[in-house]
Amino acid sequence: MAEAPARPQLRSVWTAAEPILEVRGLTTWFPVRQGVLQRAVAHVHAVDGVDLSVRQGETLGLVGESGCGKTTLGRSILRLVEPTAGEVFFKGRDLLKLSGSELRRMRREVAIVFQDPYASLDPRQTVGEIVAEPLDIHGLAANRKQRHQRVQELLRVVGLNPGMAGRYPHEFSGGQRQRVGIARALAVDPTFIVCDEPVSALDVSIQAQIINLLQRLQKEFNLTYLFVAHDLSVVRHLCDRIAVMYLGRIVEIAGSNELHRRPKHPYTASLLSAIPIPDPKIERHRQRIILTGDVPSPVNPPSGCRFRTRCFKAQEKCAQEDPPLDTVQLGDHRAACFFPVE
Amino acid sequence: MTESDRTYDHLLEVRDLHTEFPTRGGRVHAVDGVSFHVDPGETLGIVGESGSGKSVTVLSVMRLLQPPGRIASGHVLYRGRDLASLDNAEMEEIRGADIAMIFQDPMTSFNPVFRSGWQVGEPLRIHRGLHPKEALKEAVGMFVKVGIPEPEKRAVQYPHEMSGGMRQRAMIAMGLTTAPSVLIADEPTTALDVTIQAQILELLQQVSREFGTATILITHNLGVVAGMCQRMMVMYAGRVVEEGPTDEVFAHPTHPYTWSLLRSMPRLDSDSTEPLLAIQGLPPDLTALPSGCAFHPRCPFREERCVQETPALLPVRERQRAACWVTQSGRDLTAGPPPRG
Repeated sequence: MAEAPARPQLRSVWTAAEPILEVRGLTTWFPVRQGVLQRAVAHVHAVDGVDLSVRQGETLGLVGESGCGKTTLGRSILRLVEPTAGEVFFKGRDLLKLSGSELRRMRREVAIVFQDPYASLDPRQTVGEIVAEPLDIHGLAANRKQRHQRVQELLRVVGLNPGMAGRYPHEFSGGQRQRVGIARALAVDPTFIVCDEPVSALDVSIQAQIINLLQRLQKEFNLTYLFVAHDLSVVRHLCDRIAVMYLGRIVEIAGSNELHRRPKHPYTASLLSAIPIPDPKIERHRQRIILTGDVPSPVNPPSGCRFRTRCFKAQEKCAQEDPPLDTVQLGDHRAACFFPVE
Repeated sequence: MTESDRTYDHLLEVRDLHTEFPTRGGRVHAVDGVSFHVDPGETLGIVGESGSGKSVTVLSVMRLLQPPGRIASGHVLYRGRDLASLDNAEMEEIRGADIAMIFQDPMTSFNPVFRSGWQVGEPLRIHRGLHPKEALKEAVGMFVKVGIPEPEKRAVQYPHEMSGGMRQRAMIAMGLTTAPSVLIADEPTTALDVTIQAQILELLQQVSREFGTATILITHNLGVVAGMCQRMMVMYAGRVVEEGPTDEVFAHPTHPYTWSLLRSMPRLDSDSTEPLLAIQGLPPDLTALPSGCAFHPRCPFREERCVQETPALLPVRERQRAACWVTQSGRDLTAGPPPRG
């Protein structure tokens, strides 16, 4: 890396053999304000003590249901949301301790692709301006000609006609808009991209196009992805490893195939069993684990294991003690459960 | 056909339905000659992407089209009676008692200013003339049936006080209070998390078994169709492009669009990380449909004829029909598309 300033952390120089991203004890709480004085009366425990590492070149999937904190976790890592506590080491430097110009420089290495291609693009800017914006912010184009060429190149890379740079987002379909969002993310030439539900808002026939594009770009530019999604079928297809979140915590993490074949946490098992498989012969004979009730409020999570109120294996111990993620440990496969699924 | 008074073939039968929307760019045929039927105790799946006309089809059946949208021609026969020719008051009766519809987003179908129990009991007050207290009691009973915990407490809550899954249950309860013989569910689980989706689908299956309700399930999720529906039809650009028993359609798709959809979805039970078979291009713009078969610009099996002439929906396999020149001429899609230069 050509970065000159001395690293502010005590950690030694990062090498590619270490995780590119290492998250420790990351916690993001949002205050619940009430009354005339808008005092914080409670906190939403959106992300509550997450440890996670992502290796260079891999795709780590982050799955869970709405409100589990997966989107907040992705955004806290990029400091689009300010975390309450914890550490986020990116290439050995704690992003949470960086400020001003240092943070801006790191932002050139990390990017995000958002879920809603309709809401995340400024309708008053042309697509060319949208893609050029990161170039301007980071001073990545020496002159107008270079800037123009780079925009054309980026549009071509994501499969759009460069001649469309002068058009506005409303002239594009959902899938094309998502391509614009991806081109914008690639503009800074990042090494790490948080993909926040990038295909959830798209039609089935378009989803596959974007999934294939993300896979191709990863190979072409040696990208590392944190892929946040609720659709486990998509995540299984794209990711090397998968982390499952429930109420602000990671409850299980394993290799993609391993997680699918041998889920240990009862929540993962029920999540997998609930996903419909497009094959009537298989689907009709599947055993579903139907969970009862709803996800409890993240303002006041249950004591002990947070999943116990919906768990079919819960016992006394689960209400009293909070199982750490390494309660079950089989090599790379870890799960936060006292009574794991066999 | 043992009942003496039964003079109709199917409980609900739609024949050659055409629904159009006048727009500045000309008339849009959102539904272009759609026919189907459904009988007691069975579940029919209607699959398609946005703009395929699947929702407009059922809104036409319910006569709930937003003007200027209108049924241009065709018949909607419920127990042999044509709903397309009923006046609004008569149709109101049918909607209240015989055919119920549940929507994707329960928040928009509930009135936010009334308590949920009051709304669920509404059809009983209006159509059965029940006393409000009686109607509320029935509503609470229905809450129990659809698995809403603490039903008395829920009945006096407002819709916004319930979770998404709970509201969807309450809406199903509202649809079922009058014991309708047809239940139309338009993307009933799309807005829900998978574990809640599984609960709701289980509930719909149970309803169909217990009450013998004929169910029409509209979804873009082929996995949901696989588990829920005995028969299915696939829509594209306002037309039915394929229909048949679910098992047959999945095992031997006879329309290239169905064939492509099945191959474009990542599957939970597959280890493959190879690129998916993506359908090229975009779903068609209804104001400027391609010539011939509307799918031809995206079709890997396309032939000369597909560009010029629109294929009709005709039998291709024993129990399957498809609107495709390629399969109608005897070609088997399972061999894959021809290589293209």
